Amino acid sequence: MKPRHKRLAMIVGGVAALGAAAALVLSAFQQNLVFFFTPSQVAANEAPQGRNFRIGGLVEAGSVKRQADGVTVQFVVTDTARSIPVVYRGILPDLFREGKGVVTQGRLGPDGVFQASEVLAKHDENYMPPESAQALEQAGKAQKSVVIR
Amino acid sequence: MKGNINWFKYSSPQTFYPLAGTLAPWFGALAAVFGAAGLYIGFFVAPTDYQQGEAYRIIFIHVPAAWMSMFLYLVMAFWAGAGLMFNTRLSGMMASALAPTGALFTFIALWTGSLWGKPMWGTYWVWDARLTSELILLFLYFGFMALQAAIDDARRADRAGAVLALVGVVNVPVIYFSVQWWNTLHQGASVSLTKAPTMAATMFAGMIVMAFGFWFYSIAVTLLRVRCIVLERERNSEWVTEYARDFR
Repeated sequence: MKPRHKRLAMIVGGVAALGAAAALVLSAFQQNLVFFFTPSQVAANEAPQGRNFRIGGLVEAGSVKRQADGVTVQFVVTDTARSIPVVYRGILPDLFREGKGVVTQGRLGPDGVFQASEVLAKHDENYMPPESAQALEQAGKAQKSVVIR
Repeated sequence: MKGNINWFKYSSPQTFYPLAGTLAPWFGALAAVFGAAGLYIGFFVAPTDYQQGEAYRIIFIHVPAAWMSMFLYLVMAFWAGAGLMFNTRLSGMMASALAPTGALFTFIALWTGSLWGKPMWGTYWVWDARLTSELILLFLYFGFMALQAAIDDARRADRAGAVLALVGVVNVPVIYFSVQWWNTLHQGASVSLTKAPTMAATMFAGMIVMAFGFWFYSIAVTLLRVRCIVLERERNSEWVTEYARDFR
């Protein structure tokens, strides 16, 4: 074994050991690295009790209601299995849409309503021109009507 | 392979110095051509996005910069590892020359992302896994440069920096896969090696052309920078003395 091979073995071994250590640490922290909880996780009492946390999911279509004062918004966050009603007072981000992803921070009230202090829009990875989006939507509608028939 | 190509010929700073000088302008020119083409596609050809409107055009800078920030780190770690293994002088110089460009692209990715995040997400910064690991990458670049600058003896600085660079490699897959492994605010990858890109073809083309532009730019400035480092470190050698004499 030449010294250079020995050094290579040490480098490869060192990086592999570090990688394994990092993988173990990250999998141990799996729970803590979560940015938000889904409504199903909240229902299963996996979310922290009595302190601020974030919930994430889709804004249920047709659930967004603006109250008379103009700045208070009510909507429902759903992961299609479970859903949580949310109340928020403030400015919503540009990408906040019904049927789109949202992450909101706040605490769960005793009445089961999530009192949000911050609402963030979670964008998806699809980028397309409006015409394509329209075409997709129409294709979706066409498919649905076929299914209904 | 026929014949004996001496792969180590250009690992000598003396032979690499003129080669780098010849190549750098070509890569610089390629960077200008691809950069201009990419910006043209990005601003004038690519359509408006159906959700984000014009604001999505950040991806033509943000995504290639983020790719380069990770890729350059891997290249830097490769040279650092090669320097440890072969004890070649040039490898350490290459690693040192790559670090500032890598840090620059990391900063651009974080900065543009932050400016986009405020109107789109509703916040400049969140501590989610993708953003945090990219910030750690910036600190790794800074740490590498600071550590090398703190040690006077160049060869010792190379070795210490190499160990840091290799340790930091662990962070790169964490950045890349963070959006798959954990719930993050940052969206998933639109472009990956395993599936078709989830974006319009012209948008994708603009991003790829810009990525090539950034890539050629990185090669050009790294070659120029490594030339400076070569002259600085070899200043007491005979060939640099002779080279300098030619300029008188």
